[in-house]
Amino acid sequence: MTTLLALPYWQETGIKLGLALAVIPTTSLILVYLFLFKMMAFMQSRLGPNDTGPYGTLQLIAEAIKFLQKEDIHPEQADRRVFRMAPVVVLASTFLLYVVLPAGPDAVVENLDTGVFYAMAVSSLSVLGILMAGWASANKYALLGGLRAAGQLIAYELPLILAVMGVVIQAETLNLQGIVEAQATGEIFGFGAIGNPFILTQFLAFLIFMIAAQAELTQTPFDMPVAETELVGGFHIEYTGFRFLLFFMAEFGTAFAFAALASVMFLGGWWIPGFDVDDNILNVLGPGVMLAKILLVAFFIFWVRFTYPRLREDQLQKFAWKVLIPLSLANIVLTGIFKVVF
Amino acid sequence: MVAQNIFFGILATIVALSAVRMVTTRNIVHAALYLVAVLAGLGALYVLLTAEFVATTQVLVYIGAVMVLFLFGIMLTKAPLGNVMEMTGKQWPLAAVVAALLGGVTIYSLIDRFGSERLASGGPVYRTADVSDEVFSTYIVPFEAVSVLLLAALIGAIVLARKD
Repeated sequence: MTTLLALPYWQETGIKLGLALAVIPTTSLILVYLFLFKMMAFMQSRLGPNDTGPYGTLQLIAEAIKFLQKEDIHPEQADRRVFRMAPVVVLASTFLLYVVLPAGPDAVVENLDTGVFYAMAVSSLSVLGILMAGWASANKYALLGGLRAAGQLIAYELPLILAVMGVVIQAETLNLQGIVEAQATGEIFGFGAIGNPFILTQFLAFLIFMIAAQAELTQTPFDMPVAETELVGGFHIEYTGFRFLLFFMAEFGTAFAFAALASVMFLGGWWIPGFDVDDNILNVLGPGVMLAKILLVAFFIFWVRFTYPRLREDQLQKFAWKVLIPLSLANIVLTGIFKVVF
Repeated sequence: MVAQNIFFGILATIVALSAVRMVTTRNIVHAALYLVAVLAGLGALYVLLTAEFVATTQVLVYIGAVMVLFLFGIMLTKAPLGNVMEMTGKQWPLAAVVAALLGGVTIYSLIDRFGSERLASGGPVYRTADVSDEVFSTYIVPFEAVSVLLLAALIGAIVLARKD
C-alpha cells in the first residue's frame, strides 16, 4: 500500500470524524427519501411527496426547516435534564457505530481490533436513551413504550450477537477489515474468483442477523414500542421539533449502520472481485460498492417493514427466546464443527 | 504521555463526581444514571490503559445489559419523578465506615505494591487475540469454574421464578 499523503494522527482523525459526522445525516436522509417516502408510497399505490423539487427530492429539506421552526416544548411534570439528554444518548450510540464501519482498505475512522464486538456494544447504548426518554416524559404511554423497547432490545440483542459469532468463527477475527479480507481471499470449493462472501456459508446467521436487526431498529413487524394504535406514539410521544428530529435521524442512521454491518460481514464489504485486497483504488471505489450493497440490504429491511403486520408482545418475546436464540446457538456449534473438520 | 495524563484527569474527575452524586441524589433513576456515568468513565479509563477488549466488554455488559436491567426493574416497579424519595437508609454511618475501610485497604495495597514505579512509556498493547489466548490457556481452570458458577446461578434463578 502506497501512502499518498501522510498527516499527523490528530489531523487524520479530525478529518475522518468530520466526514463521519457529515455522513450520518446524509445517510439517514437517503434512506428516508428513497424508502420511507418513495418506495413505501409506490408499494401502497400512492405518489408520495412529488411537489417539492423534482420527484419531491427537496421534501426533506422542507421537513427539516419545519422541525427547526417548532417550539421546544417540555411537559410540565417532565424531568428536564434527563428529557433533554435522552435523544443525545440515542444519537451518540449511532455516531459511535459509524466509527468502525469500513468503506475501503484505509477508508475507516478507526480500524479497531475488536470491530464487530465494539459495534454490538455501542449499538446497545441506544436502549439507555430510550428508557431515559420514556421515563422523563412523565407520560404513561411514553413509559410503556420505553419499557417495551427495552424488553425487546434486550431479547433481540442476544440472537444478533450470537449470529455474528458464526461469522467471527469462520473469519477467525473480530476485526471488520479482517472479515472483509477473509471473504476476499476465501474460496468456494477451490473457486476463488468472487472470494467467499459469508452469506453462502453463513446463510442461517445472515437470516437471524437480519431479523434481529429489524427488531433492534424497532421496524415493523417488531414495532411494538412505537405502536401508534395502542401507545399513541411510544417513547418519543412528548418530543417535538429538533429533539424529535434527533430520534428520527438516529433511527435511520442506525438502520444504515446495521445494513452496512450486514454487507461487511455477509456480502463481502468494499472488496471488488479482481482487485487486490489492499489495492489503493479500492479506497475510491469501495465507498460506492458499500453504498450499493447497503441500499440493497436496506431495501430488504424496508420491504419487510411495509409488508408485514405487527407482532403481539408475547409472540415477539417467544420468537426471540424460543426460536432465534436456539437456532443461532446451533449455528455456532455447526460452524465450530466445520471449522475444526476442514 | 501528556495527553493521556490530561484525559486521565478529566475522566477521573467525572467518575469521582458522578460516584458522589450517585449516593447523594434523592431520585432513584438519577442514581442509576449517575452509575452509568461512572461505568462509562471506567470504560474510557480502560481505553487509556490500552485494554480495548476490556473497555468494550465494560460497555456491553455493564451499560448495555446490567444498567438497562436496573433501569428496567426500577421503572417497572416504582420510579417517581422529582426529589420525593427518602433514599438515605438508617445504616449509612456503617456503610460509610465500610466504604472508607475498603478504599483505605485498596489505596494502601496499591501504594505498597507499586510505590513510585512508573508504567513504561508506550506501554504494552493488549490485543484481543492475546486476551483470548490467555483466557483459554493460562486461566482455563478459573474460566471454566466461573462459567459453571454462572450456569448454576442461571438455573437457580429459573427454578426460583417458576410457580408450578
